[in-house]
Amino acid sequence: MAFARSRQALAIAGVLGLALGATACGTGNDKGSDNTGSAECSQYEKYKGNDGKKVTIYSSIREIEADRLDQSWKQFEDCTGIDIDHEGSAEFEAQLPVRVDGGNAPDIAFIPQPGLLKRFADGGKLKEAGADTKAMAEQNYSPDWLKYSTVDGKFYGAPLGSNVKSFVWYSPKMFQEKGWKVPESWDDLIKLSDEIAGSGTKPWCAGIESGDATGWPATDWIEDVLLRTAGPEVYDQWTTHGIPFNDPKVAEAVDRAGSILKNEKYVNGGFGGVKSIATTSFQEAGTPITTGKCALHRQASFYANQWPEGTKVAEDGDVFAFYFPAIDPAQGKPVLGGGEFVAAFADRPEVQAVQTYLASGEYANSRAKIGDWVSANKKLDLNNVPNPVDKLSVGILQDPKTQFRFDGSDLMPAAVGAGTFWKGMVDWINGKDTATVLQGIESSWPK
Amino acid sequence: MTTATPTVGVGAQPPEKLTRAGRVRKRLNSRTATVVSIVLALLWTVPTFGLFVSSFRPADQIKTTGWWTFFGDPQFTLENYQQVLFSGSSSGRLASYFINSLAITIPSVLFPLAFASLAAYALAWIKFRGRDWVYIGIFALQIVPLQMALVPLLRFFSTGVTVGGVQILPAWDLVDEQKFAQVWFAHTCFALPFAVYLLHNFVSQLPGDLMEAARVDGATHPKIFRTIVLPLITPALAAIGIFQFLWVWNDLLVALIFAGGTSDTAPLTVRLAELAGTRGNEWQRLTAGAFVSIVVPLIVFLSLQRYFVRGLLAGSVKG
Repeated sequence: MAFARSRQALAIAGVLGLALGATACGTGNDKGSDNTGSAECSQYEKYKGNDGKKVTIYSSIREIEADRLDQSWKQFEDCTGIDIDHEGSAEFEAQLPVRVDGGNAPDIAFIPQPGLLKRFADGGKLKEAGADTKAMAEQNYSPDWLKYSTVDGKFYGAPLGSNVKSFVWYSPKMFQEKGWKVPESWDDLIKLSDEIAGSGTKPWCAGIESGDATGWPATDWIEDVLLRTAGPEVYDQWTTHGIPFNDPKVAEAVDRAGSILKNEKYVNGGFGGVKSIATTSFQEAGTPITTGKCALHRQASFYANQWPEGTKVAEDGDVFAFYFPAIDPAQGKPVLGGGEFVAAFADRPEVQAVQTYLASGEYANSRAKIGDWVSANKKLDLNNVPNPVDKLSVGILQDPKTQFRFDGSDLMPAAVGAGTFWKGMVDWINGKDTATVLQGIESSWPK
Repeated sequence: MTTATPTVGVGAQPPEKLTRAGRVRKRLNSRTATVVSIVLALLWTVPTFGLFVSSFRPADQIKTTGWWTFFGDPQFTLENYQQVLFSGSSSGRLASYFINSLAITIPSVLFPLAFASLAAYALAWIKFRGRDWVYIGIFALQIVPLQMALVPLLRFFSTGVTVGGVQILPAWDLVDEQKFAQVWFAHTCFALPFAVYLLHNFVSQLPGDLMEAARVDGATHPKIFRTIVLPLITPALAAIGIFQFLWVWNDLLVALIFAGGTSDTAPLTVRLAELAGTRGNEWQRLTAGAFVSIVVPLIVFLSLQRYFVRGLLAGSVKG
């Protein structure tokens, strides 16, 4: 059926490809719609007065997720008359500096790396957020979050989407069959790993191959463990180079991560030995869980979209995630995560209106309803989050016990955070010892 | 070929009638050479063939096993092509990117060809002061990597040129479809040094007698260029045209920066780069996407390859 239809479609494409293109071009935005006075629009009252203006947004969000973004602010556009023009690119991080230096900056960029944001702020390229935006952001986000977009006391924009990285994926079905329980502490986690290893299955699977970003999943491991062994304060010092990269506390965390990642008894379920971690792509690293060849896979909430088609992601489904347990649960709940910040390169009123709207609870709920989205926005209503993993993530982000810390490699200078740290981790997986690897990364820190 | 001793004139005995090109051709026609080239061709084609096979396999198969397992366990689907061509962001959009690619590529090929052939003629056959220096300057420009020019050129478009606070050239201020002009401009700039260099070598080797005879008959430079030079350099123009076409069609960097990534102006390559999704979880689509984008260059190459080979050979054997 599907086959026949798609073949027909292909034939049409072959013959009419060009003609189709001509007709497909004509998609315009219905501006000046007459429902601006309706009840739905009353919530956008404060953003009014910018009818017919255009705001360009540049981000790394593309494909389906970009469509969802467009959908999420559609009503805002219709009611206020502001036309939001979003462009997503896979080369966002490389392109943005070129565009900004070339005098062709977008009005707003969704920047996922506080390090990059700081660079633009230091260079005087970013515009400080308006008073309305700041008030809205302070109302809806915790200080933990806002500090990442504050440079030298100036606030540059509110967070938007987020993800939680402190997750371990597992198969609820497999756990139920074997009588395993979701671990609540680090010790339980190790006990469980031993038990699974004893049953003949390698408990953990991991993969850090990711094209030219190979290594990043391992940096998340280290950061997550460091947050647990040394605590958030040491973590902050480490990401800002207050303590050297190869501080003994960091070495301890790396070794603890190594007790799982470099343990031949534990890894690499479904793929082979320890070294196969370096060559397994992060997109596929968790799939052995669905075939029962692996039981545990530490990866962020966004991994929910990577499972093979037809996999049910739910607490009673094929796969689900549990919180990567703390070593000492009494000391709070350290959570590693990421997200993007709405930073502006222009301060026209319509740009600030969009910035303020994106920081609002109305926007967070509007976007969450469409699905596959997590935010740390306090106004986000859990009932508006359809997907179980996202629900779990939002729950963790809103938990007052949570001590949220941003992904460290995004905070460090790019030479380290997107360079030597990644490469160092690949060497480490391939057998180099902890001290040498950390020393190498430390010496690469820009002076 | 440079090691071969030049054969004397055409009037020698039949066996010596073989020119250098002829000898090369004879050598290439031997059985061993044929076998070797067939083997090489096969080896070179294997990855492309694997990609082709993959593009017809279901997503979960692509992600878990190699393309060669297709032969043991054939599972056929057109789902990838379906997704690439019709679904994704909004249906049918790939077609509009296709048009964009053509709108970028065709002028970006024609402009450099026109300018370069004029420049090559002027540099080769019009005597003016500093001619050699101009030629050396253009030749030297080839070594400037185009990445170095990105930011200055973008600045040139967005803020114009100011020297000492005086605005010399205004900003272009282009929006939406007008941005095509920026891409054409950029591609033309980047192509010119190489095109001028190649065509100059070709044009300067045309027999001077021809030009002189034309001039004696009262032909002006435009006339000579149009009626004598242009027809003679067609193979070289075709060769450069193919080069430039392939380069522009496959270009991602220049288009991303100067055309932007919106569906108004972005070419196919930009769309392909997005196809895999924000976290690359749909990378199986790239197999089909690659083949969709290969179609046009393949047609161009196959239909012009006659000129391509002739152009290359003519340039090198002459002398």
